[in-house]
Amino acid sequence: MIAALRAAADFTAPPIDYHALAPEIVLGVGICVVLLIDLFVDERQRWITSSITGFVLLAAFIPVVTVGVIGDDVRSMFDGRYVIDEFALVLKALFVLAGYVVVLLSSDEIEDGGYYRGEYYVLLLSSVLGMVMMASSRDLVSIFVSLEFLSIPAYMLAAWNKRSSKSNEAGVKYYLLGVFASSVMLYGMSLLYGVTGTTLLSELGTAITAEGQFAGVEALGVVFIIVGFAFKVSAVPFHSWAPDTYEGAPTPITAFLSVASKAAGFVALVTLIYVAFPQASDVYQPFVWVLSVLSMTVGNVLALRQTNIVRMLAYSSISQGGFILMPLSVAGTGSSSEAALKAVVVYLVIYAATNLGAFAVVIAVARKTRSGEISSYGGLFGYAPALGVLMTIFMASLAGIPPLGGWFAKFGAFKAVLDAGNGWGYSIAVIGAVNAVIAAAYYVTVMREIWMKPAPDGDVTPIRTPAALQAALVITCVVTVLLGVLPDLVGRYGDLADLTGAFGR
Amino acid sequence: MDVISDQNWLLSVGTFLPLAGVLVMLLIPKKEELLHKQVALGTALATLAVGIYTLIQFDYGQAQKLQFYADTEWITVIKSGYTVGLDGISLPLYMLSMVITVLVMIYSWDHIPAPGNPKAFLILMLVLQTGMAGTFIAQDLILFFVFFEVVLLPMYFMIGVWGGEERQYASLKFFLYTMFGSALMLVSFLALFYKTGAASFSIPFLIEKGISIDQDVAIWIFAGMFIGFAVKVPMFPFHTWLPDAHTQAPTAGSVILAAILLKLGTYGFVRIAIPILPQAAVKWAPAIGILAVVGIIYGALGCLAQTDMKRLIAFSSVAHMGFVMLGISTLTATGINAALFGMVAHGLITGMLFFVAGSIKERYHTLEISRLSGMLHQMPKLGWILGFCAMASLGLPGLAGFWGEFPAILSAYSPAPELSEGLFRTLMVIAALGTVLAAGYLLWLYQRTAFGEVSPEFASHGSPAHSLGAAANPDHAADEHHDDIHDVSVLEWIAWAPLLIAIVVLGLYPQLMFKVMDPAVTELVKVFNK
Repeated sequence: MIAALRAAADFTAPPIDYHALAPEIVLGVGICVVLLIDLFVDERQRWITSSITGFVLLAAFIPVVTVGVIGDDVRSMFDGRYVIDEFALVLKALFVLAGYVVVLLSSDEIEDGGYYRGEYYVLLLSSVLGMVMMASSRDLVSIFVSLEFLSIPAYMLAAWNKRSSKSNEAGVKYYLLGVFASSVMLYGMSLLYGVTGTTLLSELGTAITAEGQFAGVEALGVVFIIVGFAFKVSAVPFHSWAPDTYEGAPTPITAFLSVASKAAGFVALVTLIYVAFPQASDVYQPFVWVLSVLSMTVGNVLALRQTNIVRMLAYSSISQGGFILMPLSVAGTGSSSEAALKAVVVYLVIYAATNLGAFAVVIAVARKTRSGEISSYGGLFGYAPALGVLMTIFMASLAGIPPLGGWFAKFGAFKAVLDAGNGWGYSIAVIGAVNAVIAAAYYVTVMREIWMKPAPDGDVTPIRTPAALQAALVITCVVTVLLGVLPDLVGRYGDLADLTGAFGR
Repeated sequence: MDVISDQNWLLSVGTFLPLAGVLVMLLIPKKEELLHKQVALGTALATLAVGIYTLIQFDYGQAQKLQFYADTEWITVIKSGYTVGLDGISLPLYMLSMVITVLVMIYSWDHIPAPGNPKAFLILMLVLQTGMAGTFIAQDLILFFVFFEVVLLPMYFMIGVWGGEERQYASLKFFLYTMFGSALMLVSFLALFYKTGAASFSIPFLIEKGISIDQDVAIWIFAGMFIGFAVKVPMFPFHTWLPDAHTQAPTAGSVILAAILLKLGTYGFVRIAIPILPQAAVKWAPAIGILAVVGIIYGALGCLAQTDMKRLIAFSSVAHMGFVMLGISTLTATGINAALFGMVAHGLITGMLFFVAGSIKERYHTLEISRLSGMLHQMPKLGWILGFCAMASLGLPGLAGFWGEFPAILSAYSPAPELSEGLFRTLMVIAALGTVLAAGYLLWLYQRTAFGEVSPEFASHGSPAHSLGAAANPDHAADEHHDDIHDVSVLEWIAWAPLLIAIVVLGLYPQLMFKVMDPAVTELVKVFNK
């Protein structure tokens, strides 16, 4: 007892870089503020929670920018378990801004839909906080905690429309499969910890091959961890929850899941692959290769058959996930390593803007048509030309047509795999090229409805788009077009040196 | 490669000016239709003025060099620059794209096809203009690719929204074919990038380095580019999208498609595929030549089988582009000069034919050849213009078409030293037979539509007796549509006269273009004559 006290007295708090942690702190304070305000304002004043949430997210964005502007040096805390480097900053910015756009998408939807408001925004902020932490986590434990932090609120949000059985199904399915994935991942992590005796990713990276021999147990651990994240990013064959969850969840939450939550999964995957498993490329490369090919092919083929726009976007996001995985299948191969990392980061940013924009249009159109059928987009260009053109831009960007953002994302992915210069790279490039064309077919279907089909039932009353939704549309559209024309704005981030620099390599 | 970078802002202005017009038009409400037409036409004219200034400033003594050359950073992470320049090969096509856009705008003044909406229609046309002009000035593969793709969506919508009955099918086919071609093209560009040391996407740079690529790899890279460009040309057997797209597209779309868009493919061969990978080009030339000649014969036979005038013109494009590709496949200065001339001539002549077809469709509401006859009686001027274009198209000496076809055939007699003379001479003979077939289908078309008596179906229209006839048959609903079978209107004259004059002038004095292109072409084929 005394020894323990003495030990406690010797404890010196690790130095904390408050500037670097400011985004997390702002978000944490914001969660408390929104929760408290929700308690003390009456029902009619509740709209204020959504505004405050928006401000909190923008406030959290400020330190991300200042840290990025001030220092080129990597800020590392807790013995390198929590690192703020350029890679982390870009993704923190992505999560915070994506969260902001989701708030814009939500404010009218949640108000009109008769949902609980205060709690909704608290959970949304919590999930964003989890993602922001994920971007900096460099330890198996902090990765796992971040993952649960971002997932558990998302399980609840998916079921937020509690009177709808579909929404309940969405929540339960997401929850059960999510927990299953977490347990598989945790098993993998415990295997790795058992073999190497460390949870710090950089130490794992060297310990995994310390013996010179790659043990079967370690391979199993690596595979289990990747399987866990494959669930998270809904890669085939671990995708089965996604379409039902996307369809049932409130649409802003669907947008959030398909963009931010997915990106968080990829961030963790990238960190693990680059920092913890660089020596295990023989194990993860073929595995990721298979996941990628299956995701883009199966996602595409199923997307072709969809008649509901949200389900179509769900399968499309599975297929896009395949494209994001594509560069990771050569992540350990010589010079393509750096190109692959850049490709993933750039893809995540561009995909986030485009997909959020597409969902913004879906929400705007559904306000009028009350339908998620693709056929309900008929004649949209005639009676709502702005929404029609915006949806065209987002669909064309997802299809990868220049000069819209999506082309550069796909280009980067192809560039990375061709850089590898081996059979794995060439073959996946060809499969990807074929899939890019297949994908164009279903995106074009939406464009065709918008431009070439008559409005269903001849209903051509214009659509009134609320101001918040308009703001979301403008932001996403500007980013989508700008990143397509001047990709340099995002392309220079995500250098390999910044990600691993913290570990003295 | 030497470059001249005086006035290096000029090309960017000429290319992006249409987008300024688009921005203005976006701010104007949809119902101000007249204002939209004025702004669009004004923008196109201003762009053309910049183009003419470019034409004046161009140094014809050094047409083999890239002029107005600008090279700035664009996407540094992938080492792609904003590199633009113009030489003797691209100048005629760059100008053609500007002229055609203006003429199509004039024609569209009172020919906005159903379902109307000039705002969207004209905006798409201006975006198309930027894409087309940009493709011809791009000296960086990625920039080229982006401009190449920019034309895809506007054309897709132009066909799909303003097209004929089968427009949705035709537009989707166009879209997916092109998309497939460009995906392979992009992969080839990337392979080129890596095989030349991953240093730059700049075309002049790659021309220097491309020769060092391993032969076996180069053949595959060329294959990818070949498919990408061949879809766009279109070459047999990738041509099947073309008849559908042409037939269904509105007149303005058909004209742009025929006059400019098809040239993007052939231009890609001359600008990118052949100079960068000459050794692979030599290996592929026989295959290209054979496919070109198959296209000539197949297109001609296809023409003979058509019952729809627009479809017939579309198939004739397949045949004409066959001549262009035959010229390119010889890898000689004569052949490539002929091909470039043929590209411009085909643009003028086939563009003009599509204009005429559009005007016929507008008057008769059909393009069924069997239902049209006696056009010379009913509309003598339009009939004569059709005859003139048919003659030009079949390659009558003295008109522009001749200088595209004849030297192309001639050049196959003595192809580049490394190519088989026997094969190319055989191709030459078959291609020459193709010109006979061309004369056949065009004259037959003309005979069936222009000669003879006016078909009874339309006989009563456009004549003074017509009003009586209409009064006698008040319930004959179709009558209302044929009310205005009138001869060539003033607007049509304005839109067509420059093309008709150009066909004659280039026919009588082909040197006008040959002397611009020849220095650049000679430079290009130098590598094959060692």
